[in-house]
Amino acid sequence: MCIAIPGCVVAVELDEAEIDYGGVKKKASTCLCENVTPGDRVLVHAGFIIKVLSKDEGEELERLVAETMELFGP
Amino acid sequence: MIDVKELTAKINELAEGMRPTTVMEVCGTHTHAIMKYGIRQLLPRNIRLVSGPGCPVCVTSQADIARALTVASRKNVIFMCFGDMMRVPCGKQSLLSLRDSGADVRIADSPMAALRVARENPSRDVIWYGVGFETTAPATAAAADAALQTGVRNFSILSAHKTMPAALRALLGKGSRVDALLCPGHVATIIGSDAFRFVADELKKPAVIAGFGAQEILAALAIITAMIKKGEVRCVNAYPTAVTASGNEAAMKLLLRVFEPCDAQWRGLGVIPESGLALKGEYKALDTATRFDLFDNIHVPDDDRGCICASVLRGDAEPENCPNFGVACTPTTPLGPCMVSGEGSCAAAYAYGGSRV
Repeated sequence: MCIAIPGCVVAVELDEAEIDYGGVKKKASTCLCENVTPGDRVLVHAGFIIKVLSKDEGEELERLVAETMELFGP
Repeated sequence: MIDVKELTAKINELAEGMRPTTVMEVCGTHTHAIMKYGIRQLLPRNIRLVSGPGCPVCVTSQADIARALTVASRKNVIFMCFGDMMRVPCGKQSLLSLRDSGADVRIADSPMAALRVARENPSRDVIWYGVGFETTAPATAAAADAALQTGVRNFSILSAHKTMPAALRALLGKGSRVDALLCPGHVATIIGSDAFRFVADELKKPAVIAGFGAQEILAALAIITAMIKKGEVRCVNAYPTAVTASGNEAAMKLLLRVFEPCDAQWRGLGVIPESGLALKGEYKALDTATRFDLFDNIHVPDDDRGCICASVLRGDAEPENCPNFGVACTPTTPLGPCMVSGEGSCAAAYAYGGSRV
């Protein structure tokens, strides 16, 4: 139930945004997430945008794992 | 992105000679992803993954379901909920069977859809069944706030919402055989990674917030393995694309304005103090339980079907240990909630082969 679906913001009007989920478009409320703009990648849960995703494509996690291994690794 | 093979090799290398370690995940979406990607099969024998009480449908108590069935069968009520709740059995009934026998029970993908239905049906009582953890509760809070602001008087909320940190304290306290925690990524999106620091600081167990891809889960497990190996105990955010230290502050602010903590009964865990969310202040006017007097007068059927849901939800048993698993209890004929919900441990084990693979 805590699943949140990533999508891309197509348009914003008042407190609603149109989200493109790989071809399927649906509206979601922006009231839990301010400053949503077209082009943003967002996480949507139960009809609400809960997070504007960072633009990073995994580099941050890669850096984190490398750092951790250096800190705690063998 | 880091390679799955590379991460698997890293975990296996680190785990060599390490003491047997149990890692618990407490998110239905993690349970599903771990089974789907075969993560358990990639891990060395001394790292055991167990599922905890991470599926909100599964942990909703029998009394809460009985309350929902009672009010949903009243005249003039439109009862609305997420689809996962429809088939949860309670005695001989479920919300689905009630609907088949004429009750107006509807599925919605958002509490705002229920509020819309309330506006369209001013002469009917429209009830939203609020089930879910902190990821979902802000959505219910937003609907409550909108209802109050716009004066939608025929809308109310039956809250069975629960919060994760209180349950983790109860589950991972003294005597727990869990060594580390894979923290739920989307709960953390709302409450922030700092809200899980107590797992490391107070409960002295490594805690890593994880995303939901195979690489993200394996990366989190690699970090846990490295910490266990070195005897380090920290809380690490390994889902940085979606989680910040303080979480979604607007969502938390709204949640805290609409709800207050209350004692809640969890299936399998009993009553956990301050682990539920009750409407507070002016929002109490939207409370279905008060409006329809759903308290001690509710009949809760004794539901001993021979399932071991409680042990599965505590991570003490695997779904395959249940005598009903895959025989009397399947996704098409579920006996217990862990098989009803697609995110339940039993449904995931049934779909992907579980520990038998």
